[in-house]
Amino acid sequence: MSAVKLTVNGKAVSGDTEDRTLLVHFLRDHLGLTGTHVGCDTSQCGACVVHIDGRAVKSCTVLVGQADGSSITTIEGIAKGDELHPMQAAFRDNHGLQCGFCTPGMIMSAIDIVKRHGGKLDEQTVRHELEGNLCRCTGYHNIVKAVLDAAGRMKVAQAAE
Amino acid sequence: MGMEGIGASVVRKEDKRFITGKGRYTDDIRLHGMTYAQFIRSPHAHAKVKSIDSSAALKMPGVVAVLTGKQLVDDKIGNLICGWMIHSKDGSPMKMGAYPALAPDTVRYVGQAVAVVIADSKNVARDAAEAVVVNYEELPAVGDIKAAIAPGAPQLHPEAPGNIIYDWTLGDEKAVNDAFAKAANVVSIEVANNRLVPNAMEPRSAIADYNSAEDHFTLYTTSQNPHVARLVLSAFYNIAPEHKLRVIAPDVGGGFGSKIFIYPEEMVALWASKKVDRPVKWTADRTESFLTDAHGRDHLSKAEMAFDKDNKMLALRVKTHANFGGYMSLFSSSVPTYLYATLLSGQYNIPAIFAEVIAVYTNTTPVDAYRGAGRPEASFLLERLVETAARQLKLDPAELRKKNFITQFPHQTPVIMAYDAGDFNASLGAALKAIDYEGYPARKAKAKQEGKLHGIGFSCYIEACGIAPSKAVGSLGAGVGLWESAEVRVNPVGTIEVLTGSHSHGQGHETTFAQVVADRLGVPIDQVSIVHGDTDKVQFGMGTYGSRSAAVGLSAIVKALEKVEAKAKKIAGHLLEASEKDIVIENGNFKVAGTDKSMALANVALSAYTAHNLPDGMEPGLKEGAFYDPSNFTFPAGAYICEVDVDPATGKTTFVNFVAADDFGRMINPMIVEGQVHGGLAQGIGQALLEHAVYDANGQLTSGTFMDYAMPRADDLPTFKIEHTVTLCPSNPLGVKGCGEAGAIGASGAVINAITDAIGTNKLEMPATPDRVWAAINSQAAR
Repeated sequence: MSAVKLTVNGKAVSGDTEDRTLLVHFLRDHLGLTGTHVGCDTSQCGACVVHIDGRAVKSCTVLVGQADGSSITTIEGIAKGDELHPMQAAFRDNHGLQCGFCTPGMIMSAIDIVKRHGGKLDEQTVRHELEGNLCRCTGYHNIVKAVLDAAGRMKVAQAAE
Repeated sequence: MGMEGIGASVVRKEDKRFITGKGRYTDDIRLHGMTYAQFIRSPHAHAKVKSIDSSAALKMPGVVAVLTGKQLVDDKIGNLICGWMIHSKDGSPMKMGAYPALAPDTVRYVGQAVAVVIADSKNVARDAAEAVVVNYEELPAVGDIKAAIAPGAPQLHPEAPGNIIYDWTLGDEKAVNDAFAKAANVVSIEVANNRLVPNAMEPRSAIADYNSAEDHFTLYTTSQNPHVARLVLSAFYNIAPEHKLRVIAPDVGGGFGSKIFIYPEEMVALWASKKVDRPVKWTADRTESFLTDAHGRDHLSKAEMAFDKDNKMLALRVKTHANFGGYMSLFSSSVPTYLYATLLSGQYNIPAIFAEVIAVYTNTTPVDAYRGAGRPEASFLLERLVETAARQLKLDPAELRKKNFITQFPHQTPVIMAYDAGDFNASLGAALKAIDYEGYPARKAKAKQEGKLHGIGFSCYIEACGIAPSKAVGSLGAGVGLWESAEVRVNPVGTIEVLTGSHSHGQGHETTFAQVVADRLGVPIDQVSIVHGDTDKVQFGMGTYGSRSAAVGLSAIVKALEKVEAKAKKIAGHLLEASEKDIVIENGNFKVAGTDKSMALANVALSAYTAHNLPDGMEPGLKEGAFYDPSNFTFPAGAYICEVDVDPATGKTTFVNFVAADDFGRMINPMIVEGQVHGGLAQGIGQALLEHAVYDANGQLTSGTFMDYAMPRADDLPTFKIEHTVTLCPSNPLGVKGCGEAGAIGASGAVINAITDAIGTNKLEMPATPDRVWAAINSQAAR
C-alpha cells in the first residue's frame, strides 16, 4: 500500500492504495469519478483519457503512484459550472456522440489535439490524431465535425480572454 | 412546435449527462457490501472438465466463495435456451445441445466459464481465480465450418450428429430448377461472410442484488431488452419469479445486438448473490468481451442466378452454411433463416428463389444477431452476385439493377416477405447523382494516369425491420411476441412522462420520442420525459433491436397518445361547453374550432386530477397505456455507391467517395437518423476492410484484443455523403421504417464491388486487407 496525493479537478485529494492500482481505477473506485471509462485492457480504446498536468494521457497506462503530485483533469472538471467547455458543446451540437461511452475520452483527447495544433487543424489531421480513441457508434463522421467546430470556438474563446 | 416536432434536427436531450461525465452505466454503480465476481474460463476449445480444486483460493483473505457448474446443476438453475424453433427440411426439430451457464463436465469454446470466484474486491477475485486449479482433458476441436462438417470430425454435442443443428430450406426448388433449365445465362459466386465481434465500447456488466428479507432480486445489467431478460431468467432459468426480479438497464454503452441475449454471467451473478447473500458485480474486461459476447455473421455460401436473354432475373439458388459456435445462443437459429433467406429477393423481381441453410456447431464462441443480423449476409451475397452478373454480361451495373427492380407495390416475394412500399429507382437515382456517375469515366482515366487502380461499386439493399407481427413470427417458430408497449402519463401540471418498452443504448429515444409527443400535444420537449430500462417502472416491453424502436415502440406511444388526446378532448369539451368533436389541439391548447375559446393542456390535466368537474361517469386522471403489434414488417431500402483508389504497389484501398441514399420513410429527427447511418456504414466498411474474428485450427481466437482485431478508426473511414428519399411505410401510424442497421447491411457489398472493379478480378474475400488485395492483383498479373 502507498499513500498518494494529487490534485483532481482543482481539489487536493489523497488516498492509500495498492501499488498496482491504475490511475483510472483510483479515479473511478476511490474518488467516484465514473465519467472516465474503461473500454479495453490493452490501452487501445481511449475511453479513459484524462489530462495529467495538461497533457492527454490514457489513465489505464499509468499507476496512480506514477501520478503522485500531479494535477489531473477529468471530464467532470472541464465545464465552468453550467457553462460547458466549447468541446463539450461542439460534441452536443454536432451529434458527436450516441451511446456516450467513448465520449469523455474523445472530448479529453480532442481538447489536447486542438491545443497542440491550434488553428491549423484540418479534417485529415483530426482523423489521424484520433487514432487512439475508438468509437463504435458514430463512424467518427460527426466527431470529426465536432472537433473542427470546437477548434473554431476555442480560438474565439482564447481571443476573447 | 414545428421547431421541436417531427422532422426537426433538435440536439439530444440526453447528451448533457454524457458530455459531462454524468452518464450512469452499470459498472458505475456501487452497492453497499458489494462483492466482485471473476470467472474461471476454459483455455481449451474442447475439453472434459476432470476436476476443479478451489481449496487454495478459498483460503485467501477476502474470498467469499468459489462456485462451480456442479453446484449450479444441483441448484436446478436451467440451461440456456434458444428462443426460436427451426425445423429441418425433413420436418425434424433443430438439434440443440445442452448449454449450462457454468460447464459442469465439458467445455466447447475458449472462454466458456467453468467456475466463479466471489470476493470482497476485484483484485482479490482476480488473484483467487488464478489459484483455482482446473484439470482438463483436451479433446480434438473444430475451428471452422469446413472442419466441423468433414467426415470423421470431432463431435460437439451428442444431440447433433455430424455437428449439424438443422438443414432448413425455403422456397420452391422445382420452380427454381425449371427456371435454370431454360436460362440464357447463369452467373454464380462463392462468398464467405467473415465472422465479426460486435465490440460495443461498454463491456458487458451485471450487478445482482439479492434481498433475503423480501426474497427479491434486483439486476442491473447492460441489456437492450430488460423485460425480455426478466422473462427468460424467470420462465426458463429458475432464478426467481417475475414479480421477485427487477431488471434495470441503466445507460448502456452500445449494443449492436450483443446485449440482446441473456448470458451465463447474469444468471451466475443472480444465483451467486443469493448464495453469498451480498450484491455481486461482474464487469467484462475486453478480452472476456471478445471471448464471450455473441459473435456475428460467419457464413459460407454458394449462389447462382439464372437470367433470360433480355437479362431479366429468372431465379436464384443459394446454399449457405452458418457457423453457430459451440452452443446455440438465444436467437441464433432465426438469424440465418428468417432474417436472412427471406431477404434474398433484395430489390429485384425474381420469380423463383430456393435457399438451403445448414447450421453447424464449431468449437468457437456462440454466434447470434449482430447489427443487421442475417440481412447483411443476404445483401452482401445478392449484391456481389448482381455485380458479378453485370461484369459477366457486360452491362452497366446500375442499368442491370434498374432493369430488374421491383416497381409495383405491394410486392409478394417468393421468400415470405410482402414489400409494402418503396421506390428503388429514386434511391439509386439520388445516389448516382450524388456521386456524379456521369463524371466517373473521367475520374477513372485520371486515376489511371496517376498510377492508381480506380473502381466503383454498387449495393442496393433492402431489409425487413420493425420486427414484428407477433402472429406471423409465432407461426415461423418465435417463442415470443414482438409487439411493444407504452404508457403516457400527463401529470397534473401538464408535464408528460412516457414509459416505453423500447431501450435506448445510443439511439437517442429521450429526444426523438419526446419530439413525437411535442408534435402532437404542442408542448416543448423539455416538458416530456422518456422513461425506459426498468422493469419496475415500465410494465412490459420487448426492447430495442432489429431497428424496431420507431416502427414498433413509437407506434405504441402514438396509440397511447391517441387515447390521452381523446380523453383530454372530452374534458376540454365538457369544461368549454362544446362538443368533444369540435376540440382541436394547437400549440399546447385545447381549442373549440373556429372560436377563441380554449384551455391549456395544463388546465385540462389539472381538471382531470382534481376531478371536481368531469363528464358524468369519467374516471379521474390522464394516463393511458397501449400495446402495439405491427401488421407487417417495414422495408427500409437504399442505394450505396462506393468509389475507391487502390495502390497497386501496396494493395491499400483509399476512399474517393461514399454515397448512401436511404429510404427510411418519415424521419423524426434527421440528424439522429444520419448519425445512425454513419455508424452502420462504419461497421459495414469495417467488415469489408478491417474486421475479422480469426480462429486457428485448434479453436483459439487469435484476434482477441483490440491489438489484433482491427476496429475501424477515424482515419480508416471517409466523410460520408448522405441522401434521403422518402416513401412512407403504410403499416404504421407515423410512416416510419427504421434506420439503425441499414449502413451495416448495405456497405460491405458496395466496398468489395468497388475494389474488385478497381483491381479487375472478382475473387476477393472480406476483410479486403492490403495484403489480400495485393495478392489478388498479383495472382492475376501472374496469369
